Amino acid sequence: MENEINEAHQESKEDSVSKKRKIVVPGEFIVKGEDFLPGDGAKREGDNVIADRYGLAEIAGRMIKVIPLSGAYVPRRGNVVLGRIIDVLFNGWLVDVDSAGNAFLPIDESPRFINRNEMDQFLAIGDVLAAKIWSIKGRGIDLTLKGRGLGKLDGGFVFRINPSRVPRVIGREGSMITLIKEKTGTNITVGQNGWIWIKGDNLDNEIKARNAIEFVADKVHVDGLTDKMEQWFSN
Amino acid sequence: MKVKRASGRAWNELRKMKAKVGVVPNADGSAIFEFGDTVAIAAVYGPRKLHPQHMQDPATGILRVNYDLLSFSVADRKRPGPSRRSTEISKVTEWALAPAIDLEAFPNTVVDVQIYIIQADAGTRTAGINAASMALAHAGIPMRDLITSVAVGKIDEQIIVDVDKVEEDYEGGEGATDFPIAKLARSDEYTLLQLDGKIPPERFKEALDAADKACQEIYEFQKKALKEVGE
Repeated sequence: MENEINEAHQESKEDSVSKKRKIVVPGEFIVKGEDFLPGDGAKREGDNVIADRYGLAEIAGRMIKVIPLSGAYVPRRGNVVLGRIIDVLFNGWLVDVDSAGNAFLPIDESPRFINRNEMDQFLAIGDVLAAKIWSIKGRGIDLTLKGRGLGKLDGGFVFRINPSRVPRVIGREGSMITLIKEKTGTNITVGQNGWIWIKGDNLDNEIKARNAIEFVADKVHVDGLTDKMEQWFSN
Repeated sequence: MKVKRASGRAWNELRKMKAKVGVVPNADGSAIFEFGDTVAIAAVYGPRKLHPQHMQDPATGILRVNYDLLSFSVADRKRPGPSRRSTEISKVTEWALAPAIDLEAFPNTVVDVQIYIIQADAGTRTAGINAASMALAHAGIPMRDLITSVAVGKIDEQIIVDVDKVEEDYEGGEGATDFPIAKLARSDEYTLLQLDGKIPPERFKEALDAADKACQEIYEFQKKALKEVGE
């Protein structure tokens, strides 16, 4: 399960003291000057850099980014996502990953050889899987199962949270999710699309893990969340 | 001021506003916006796959707005379901919002905006546009700017800002004029301009200036609500 953690902490570089952050609305002025580079969610308007969308504006050196606080999942290359098989085609599977377009998992991208006549013995309609996005082309998303922790998810249950909360749920270097896994003794996979799969020895632990995750997802703007979580567990 | 407003407001005074984002948990973005007794809820879904497929545009995502005045929102129960009026308002709202949003990054998709008026006291389309603009921002849709909207009007010869139901039905003197506008908040680009009644061309500028000032006030209010994220 290392996969999702490595992906996520690139996007969850947060709380570092050197960065200034504030909530901005679309069109709002962020910073003035030619030296700044508008990144994701920001753009240049004359001399100023303004926000292109609603979120947390972050000034990291010369780079200006707006981190979304809410909204639908926008797929990116390299993301680990959870999805559900919605169709079995002749050369692969069609997967619903809760984004604007459906994703496609080619038969060649499965970890082992699969007979084309027996594809639904490996993944049938309704099955849930963890997969990695390996390309996004004009039309459609391509998935792969080659990688650690990827594949069909058996047992347990899946629920969803807002995709913008995923970095917080994982925590810096995966600290939050590791804590939740340890304290509840469950196995958890977090997809960047906000789908979360939990499997434990018994239902009580699974529900405890889910409550913990929902607790974190609700408290997005609190600092020192990992410590708060430890407190939550001791109650 | 020649004509007194029933609500006791000054001619350029808005009704009390209230706004909040994140009110519909299942939507990707949502907002509630109130002008006095007019309450609008907007929910945004998407960008998501567009059906029917023939409406898909490979160059850009599209915006689809549905405005609905709920049956309990007015004093006499309104027959539920789409009407000529609600279809028209859906369309003008869509046109009012479209210039602000940029969906080129999401081809073949749709952004659905549902606007529900749960309490109506005139100015429902303007409240709906304000709510929808905040909901679109809350959904993380790339936007040039927020849209702000207000109805100015004229009762007899007096220009007034933010017309309410009593004023809309005013019958003395020259009667009532309702003049809803919407604009990109930081510039003078107007995206909605309707006129029900009459206004002399030489007073048009006066009405528009009043609307601009009111929009500035509404914009600050929308910004404030979006920045209060404590859910």
